[in-house]
Amino acid sequence: MHIMEGFLPWEWCLLWYLVAIPVVAYGVIRIKKITDENPESKPLLAVSGAFMFILSSLKLPSVTGSCSHPTGNGLGAVLFGPAVTSVLAAIVLVFQALLLAHGGLTTLGANIFSMGIVGPVAAWLVYKGIKKIGWGSSVGIFFAALLGDWLTYVTTATQLSLAFPIPTFGEAFVKFMVIFAYTQVPLAIAEGLLTVVIFEYIMKLRPDILRKLKVIGSEDVEKVEEKAPEVA
Amino acid sequence: MVNTKHIVLLALVAIIAILPLVIYSGLGEDEGYFGGSDDAAGEAIEETGYEPWFSSIWEPPSGEIESLLFALQAAIGAIIIGYVLGYYMGQDSMKGKESEK
Repeated sequence: MHIMEGFLPWEWCLLWYLVAIPVVAYGVIRIKKITDENPESKPLLAVSGAFMFILSSLKLPSVTGSCSHPTGNGLGAVLFGPAVTSVLAAIVLVFQALLLAHGGLTTLGANIFSMGIVGPVAAWLVYKGIKKIGWGSSVGIFFAALLGDWLTYVTTATQLSLAFPIPTFGEAFVKFMVIFAYTQVPLAIAEGLLTVVIFEYIMKLRPDILRKLKVIGSEDVEKVEEKAPEVA
Repeated sequence: MVNTKHIVLLALVAIIAILPLVIYSGLGEDEGYFGGSDDAAGEAIEETGYEPWFSSIWEPPSGEIESLLFALQAAIGAIIIGYVLGYYMGQDSMKGKESEK
C-alpha cells in the first residue's frame, strides 16, 4: 500500500496531506483524553502500535505470485478508534519512509489516508456493526481486521487511479486493483486470524480495560468469567 | 494458556503464507515472481510516462541493510507486545494465587 516517494503529482500529495493532518491532530487529542481517563489503557496503546510495527514489516507471499504486507490497523481501530490509529499509522509510515525508503515523505499524507484513516474507519464500523447485531467479539475483530487491511489496499488503488487515470479512471482502477487488491485477499484473511489471537489474549487477561474502553460490553466480561473455572 | 483454537488459527496463517511458495515452487524474482506489489504499482505508473519528481532522501544502501532495518522494526514491535502481555499474565497468575489464600 505504500505509494513510493515522488510517485504522486504534487497537487495530490497536498490534497492527501490536507485530509490526513486534521485526523492525525484529532487523534493526538483523543490519545491524551483516553490516557487521562484510563491511564491503565496506555500499555494497550503501545501494543496496538507495536502490532502495526510487526505486521507491516512482514512481507508475505500471496497466491497471485507477488508479495505484500498486512497493515495491523484493525486492532488499534477497534480498541481506540480510527483517529488514534491514524497517529499510530503515521509513526509506522514515517519510520518506513525515512529508514526503509518504503513510501515517502511526499506521499505520507496519501499513505496515512489509506492505512491510517480509511482502513481503521472501516474496521471500527464493521466491529461496531457486528457487535450491534449480537455476534461475538471474536467474529467482529476478525472481519474488522480483514476489511481494515483489504480496504487500505483498495484505497491505494483508488488514489493511484485518480492521480493516473490513463487511459481512463476505470481502466486504471482495474489495473491497480489487480496489483493491490487481489494480492491482498489471502493476506487480509491472515491478518484477521492473527488479530483474533492477540485480541482474545487481551480479552482474557484484561477484560476490565476493554470494558472501560467500551470495546466489549458487561455481558462479554461475564462470559469470560464464567469460562474461567474451566480454564483453571 | 495453551489454546487449541489459537494453535489452529496460527497454523492457518502459516498455511496461507506457505501455500504460494508451494504453488510457485522453483520460480523466483528472475521469472517475475514474489516481487513487491508496491514496486509493481511503481512500474505501472512509470509505464504511463510519469517521472517521479522526488526521490527518497535516504535509501538502505543494500539488501542486507534493508533486512536489518526490517528485522529491527519487527523486533521493536515484538518486544513491546511480549513485555505487556507477559506483564498482564504475571498479574493474572498473582491474582489467582491471592484468591487461593
